[in-house]
Amino acid sequence: MQAINKIKDTWVNLKIDQVDTDQIFPGEFLKISTKEGLGKYAFYDRRYDENGEPNSDFVLNQYEKMPQVLVAGKNFGSGSSREHAVWCLKDLGFSVIIAPSFADIFKNNAYNNGLLVIELPQSRVASLWGKPQDSIVSISLADQTVSTDSWKASFAINAYKKECLLKGLDDIDYLLNIASEIASWEKEKGGDDNLN
Amino acid sequence: MADTLYDKIWNQHLVKTIPEGPGVLYIDQHFIHEVSSPQAFRSLEERGQRVRRPDRTLAVADHNVPTWNQHLPIKEEMSRKQVALLEENCKKHGVMLYGLGHPLQGIVHVVGPETGITQPGMTIVCGDSHTSTHGAFGTIAFGIGTSEVEMVLASQCMMQYKPKQMRIRLDGKLPKGCTSKDVILFLLAKLTASGGTGHFIEYAGEAIQNMSMEERMTICNMSIELGARGGLIAPDETTFAYMKGRQFAPKGLAWDEKLRGWQTLFSDAEAQFDLEYQFDISNLSPRITFGTNPGQGIAIDQPIPKADQLNNETDAEQHQQALDYMDLRAGMSLSDFPLDEIFIGSCTNARIEDLRQVAQIWKGRKVDPNLRINLVPGSSQVAAQAEEEGLAAIFSAAGVQMRQAGCSACLGMNEDKVRKGAYCLSTSNRNFEGRQGPGARTFLASPMTAAASAITGKITDPRDWVRD
Repeated sequence: MQAINKIKDTWVNLKIDQVDTDQIFPGEFLKISTKEGLGKYAFYDRRYDENGEPNSDFVLNQYEKMPQVLVAGKNFGSGSSREHAVWCLKDLGFSVIIAPSFADIFKNNAYNNGLLVIELPQSRVASLWGKPQDSIVSISLADQTVSTDSWKASFAINAYKKECLLKGLDDIDYLLNIASEIASWEKEKGGDDNLN
Repeated sequence: MADTLYDKIWNQHLVKTIPEGPGVLYIDQHFIHEVSSPQAFRSLEERGQRVRRPDRTLAVADHNVPTWNQHLPIKEEMSRKQVALLEENCKKHGVMLYGLGHPLQGIVHVVGPETGITQPGMTIVCGDSHTSTHGAFGTIAFGIGTSEVEMVLASQCMMQYKPKQMRIRLDGKLPKGCTSKDVILFLLAKLTASGGTGHFIEYAGEAIQNMSMEERMTICNMSIELGARGGLIAPDETTFAYMKGRQFAPKGLAWDEKLRGWQTLFSDAEAQFDLEYQFDISNLSPRITFGTNPGQGIAIDQPIPKADQLNNETDAEQHQQALDYMDLRAGMSLSDFPLDEIFIGSCTNARIEDLRQVAQIWKGRKVDPNLRINLVPGSSQVAAQAEEEGLAAIFSAAGVQMRQAGCSACLGMNEDKVRKGAYCLSTSNRNFEGRQGPGARTFLASPMTAAASAITGKITDPRDWVRD
């Protein structure tokens, strides 16, 4: 997993609440059995019309080079657990998503792929939405801050998850390293007859 | 110390706690399916690892399968390859697969409980958000992403932070014509689609105690729609009676011993919850959603609310966006609203009891021939039982051929999709934009409402149709 710390870039405003993972990655494309190159399917039904032509009204179609930051509405990533939603956003070029709140499974999936999700109060998100398109936002994971030309806000993140993201570590390596501890625990519990 | 039911199961499965970090939670049962597992198997192999406990892993093919002519090769190439990849991965790693043609094949959250694999006190995960269904048996069961699927394949453990805990007490008697689907849709409208975020919910109270296992599963299933990690219910005599004699349930002395353990699975009287709610459901009406998230719902005989009746401005904006997508207006009634399609199926409402409710209303009647109706059993076992009980014959006489088991039109990925712009009344769990197919417009409701509406071709209050 790639480490993440400081990001400085423009951002994309997605002024929609309750963006569920069916919108982010429509079910039709779940037939794809790989995780690479999924960006072209992100928000497919909003980005393209029925003839496959880009819909110029949709904000993601208004950038030649996608900024690294997405600023969205509350309860982002609700619904289905599909990790494709995270893979496709990463593939589009996003490293950070800022929103007033995220759905739990989406948040875990994001962390597991080095995608930083930041919860800021609705008023801060609205302030970002109101700024000119060429504005710059600076994010520091180490300092847990988001800064613009007019304000600086701090955000909360679990200490363990922060460490993993900063170092690019993943939980699976950790669990594989304690395989013998897991085996002893299974035995201590009395083996499978006593386990559920 | 007073523990909640969640605490008790958590404590029994905690391998260790990382200082200042998450707990390592042991997983008793891992369910996998064709859609969220291929990338996990590939990554596992790239690490040079094997499945640590194939005996605690069970695979089903459910999301991406046709529900007609399952004996023939799958027509669509990518779907055929995805299902074949699951077979290949299971074979390579010694994982049992209930694939197409297997007598136990079906939707994973229907199969686990009906075979007795799902048992009280377990920790259960699956790369599917509706894993919360299994909580109806008093389990910690929740949906995970593909990275976490790989984590469990590799280690049989999950890194987990203990969520906050919520209890919802439901009192009163469920009125005639209402089902547990109406109860959970009511809770969604009250608490919103993010009302449970960060929490695990325990459902309790008289109304829950009086529910069958099927009804409880419907409630726990849609906990994720509240944004909760999962939902659970303390096992009781209803649970044990359901379990007894099931294929993989313990037998003989082992049953007695397990049962003694299961009987300790309840929240202590003094246990503390982070948040508690209490509702009386005695005056509940059948529910229906009008919007594009499951929290946007009303009683079937109420008008769609106006923006100024909502809590705040952002909700009002979202309300209008939802109505635009659905092509509906605030203030209008959905009663008698004409429908194009009906979907009776999914892990929420495709169990035998749901099909019995449909048959009860359809018996001796014909469905509206202008509707496209998909009636899809939750599993091959449910299908076989529906044949045996004569339900399939009732469906057929009413004008509907029961299909074969699978997730079907719930998620718009297999052959069964709702047409663009069509209005579909669905017994499934999500009314998101495009969920049942690009441009599809979904009304979520109970199997009884679906059955009554199938006769009239319009959204119909089932209370006038239910026989005493």
